[in-house]
Amino acid sequence: MAAEKMTAAQAMAMALKAEGITTVFGYPGAAICPFYDELYNAGIHHVLVRHEVNAGHAASGYARMTGRPAVAVATSGPGATNLITAIATAYMDSIPMVLITGQVSSEMIGRDVFQEADITGAAEPFVKHSYLVKNADDIAVVFKNAFYIAGSGRPGPVLIDVPFDIQKTEIEFEYPETVNIRSYKPSVEGNKLQIKRAAAAIAKSERPLICAGGGLFTANAVGLMRELAERANIPVVNTMMGLSSMPASHPLFYGMIGMHGCRAANYAINHCDLLILLGARVGDRAVTAINRLEGATVIHIDVDPAEIGKNLSVNIPVVGDLKNILAVLLTQVENYDHYEWLQQLTGEKESQDKPTVKPKDGCVNPKEFIRMLGKSLPDGTVICADVGQNQIWTCANINLENGRLLTSGGMGTMGYSVPASVGAKAASPNSEVIAICGDGSFQMEFMELATMRQHGIFSKIIVMVNNRLGMVREVQTNMYGDRQIAVALDGSPDFIKLAEAYGIPASRVTDISQAQQAIDALLAAKESYLIEVVVDENEKTIL
Amino acid sequence: MKHTISVLVENHAGVLARVAGLFARRGFNIDSLAVGVTDDEKISRITIIADGTDYTLEQIEKQLNKLIDVIKVRHFENHELLTRELVLIKIACQPSQRAEVIALAEIVKAKISDITANTMTLELSDSVDRIKNFEELLRPYGIKEVVRTGSIAMQKGGVSMKL
Ligand SMILES: Cc1ncc(C[n+]2csc(CCOP(=O)(O)OP(=O)(O)O)c2C)c(N)n1
Repeated sequence: MAAEKMTAAQAMAMALKAEGITTVFGYPGAAICPFYDELYNAGIHHVLVRHEVNAGHAASGYARMTGRPAVAVATSGPGATNLITAIATAYMDSIPMVLITGQVSSEMIGRDVFQEADITGAAEPFVKHSYLVKNADDIAVVFKNAFYIAGSGRPGPVLIDVPFDIQKTEIEFEYPETVNIRSYKPSVEGNKLQIKRAAAAIAKSERPLICAGGGLFTANAVGLMRELAERANIPVVNTMMGLSSMPASHPLFYGMIGMHGCRAANYAINHCDLLILLGARVGDRAVTAINRLEGATVIHIDVDPAEIGKNLSVNIPVVGDLKNILAVLLTQVENYDHYEWLQQLTGEKESQDKPTVKPKDGCVNPKEFIRMLGKSLPDGTVICADVGQNQIWTCANINLENGRLLTSGGMGTMGYSVPASVGAKAASPNSEVIAICGDGSFQMEFMELATMRQHGIFSKIIVMVNNRLGMVREVQTNMYGDRQIAVALDGSPDFIKLAEAYGIPASRVTDISQAQQAIDALLAAKESYLIEVVVDENEKTIL
Repeated sequence: MKHTISVLVENHAGVLARVAGLFARRGFNIDSLAVGVTDDEKISRITIIADGTDYTLEQIEKQLNKLIDVIKVRHFENHELLTRELVLIKIACQPSQRAEVIALAEIVKAKISDITANTMTLELSDSVDRIKNFEELLRPYGIKEVVRTGSIAMQKGGVSMKL
């Protein structure tokens, strides 16, 4: 490609095209207008969200489905600061994303002019990297590097802040074909010796266990993980971020670990003699379940060396791309029989299921509802779980056989599910995409129903209505003598009418006998659909 | 325990803020930080003295390495290092005391950098301990101002920290 004369704003749009970006999520303002004008000219599809944070979450959903960096755009000042929660959410969950913000003109920077915010400074703790473009000639290299950094190694959000005058500057544009950042060379191949040690440890182990995390999706290594498990008969547990990497009914699968995990999974992690962590950083919520790992050997395979040894001490560290490492490891692993160990775990699994508690009249047991939903889903369904009790009910009971579960694991950001579902649906228009949220989280995100309608991005929604910020209510009940403050959601609208106001059909489920019909209607709907599930305000998170 | 960490970074605007921010955010305490350009003008070298356990040190190194602008991170044992800090000390000094101060300066190999009717400014480049010691020796005269650069460090012997 020969160099062409154009404005930096046009170059930004051309860079997106060169990166294969066809859809961006955003919200305009004066400082980013030159770029928007070029989006218009370039024919890049722009999804207008109703709040910038949701542009970020939608980009997150999109990126998680495509496996490539997705793009969110905002204007300077308040537009940019509104993005921050989404940036932090993506950072914690290692989601590849490029965020583009307008900035006041270069010569004004530092004077506190109208809508000036030091967004690269403010977002610094939550970005993998950021650029404040001071020289228009740098645009091509900055974009090329930003996409590369966001998507490679341990992925994460990269912010590009472009002052208004820079956008309008004429430059010679030529998009680089290769990247060369001398200070950034993520390890790809794992250390051969360590892989060999890992294989030997697997051969020796009597009670091995795979703990599969979200990194498997990023590395596109879910299939290889299953191959390893099946080849060597190694049981698998998940962190929350790793959910849906194993079909729920797989005989080697024992569920989610952690403070909200299930008994069999936590039993497994406390009784294994070899723990194989795959793309799991084992955050504190997951680690709390581990109380007697002494004596067990730990293999940790992760692309980020800083995660190895951070939360758990590790005997065999392997740094690099999971896909490469698992492929090499598989050449050295044979078929082993762990019959007794698997029997033991299956025993735990069978005894953990408690009989379903009948809820009070007019309410639905949310776990029963989610299990019923899980059984009804078509292959490839994407479930976006919000945050709160609803998240745990969903994660622990949806039992996906074949599909994807997306949630905000590290940050626990309320209001993630609906915008993430918009992004996921935009990326996978042929998949069923369902956001499941609480009545609290829904009220942080329901403005996006308009986005769905406007752009014909028809994900579906299930709201668990307990008229409480349920998870906080439960903390107050258990730890603060049930003195409930600031957790009642009185004053909430009628969600059925609200959905109707957006032209979205909806139904309310007040008894489990109505559930299947509502689920069928939701799945049959060609466009969006909302189900309100009425839940007892005293419903517990687990049990 | 005190650790000395040398960091080679791209000589860009904002890099120092990133490095300093990382220390603050992760709760690593910095005792001293000095930065300057290297023989390659595109690369700066930051010398950090930080306090913490071996776990903290390992995390510091790994997290620094994750910053895109960081090219190389090395941690050195104190005995491997030549460590220097520069200090300027301005003291009250009456004409009658000058000879005494000059003698003191000679012993520690400090320079007299400035002198007025009743002050004297001394300059010393040395190890942190000896600088502290010198400051104590001057304290009885009345210290008016002290400026220290923070330590810089380089490996002893023929080896060098390059890309
Ligand atoms: C943005 C944000 N604010 C506050 C919290 C703290 N928080 C965690 S769970 C929760 C309650 C969620 O209520 P709701 O969405 O109704 O779900 P429920 O727990 O009732 O299922 C709150 C307030 C959070 N996680 N995120």
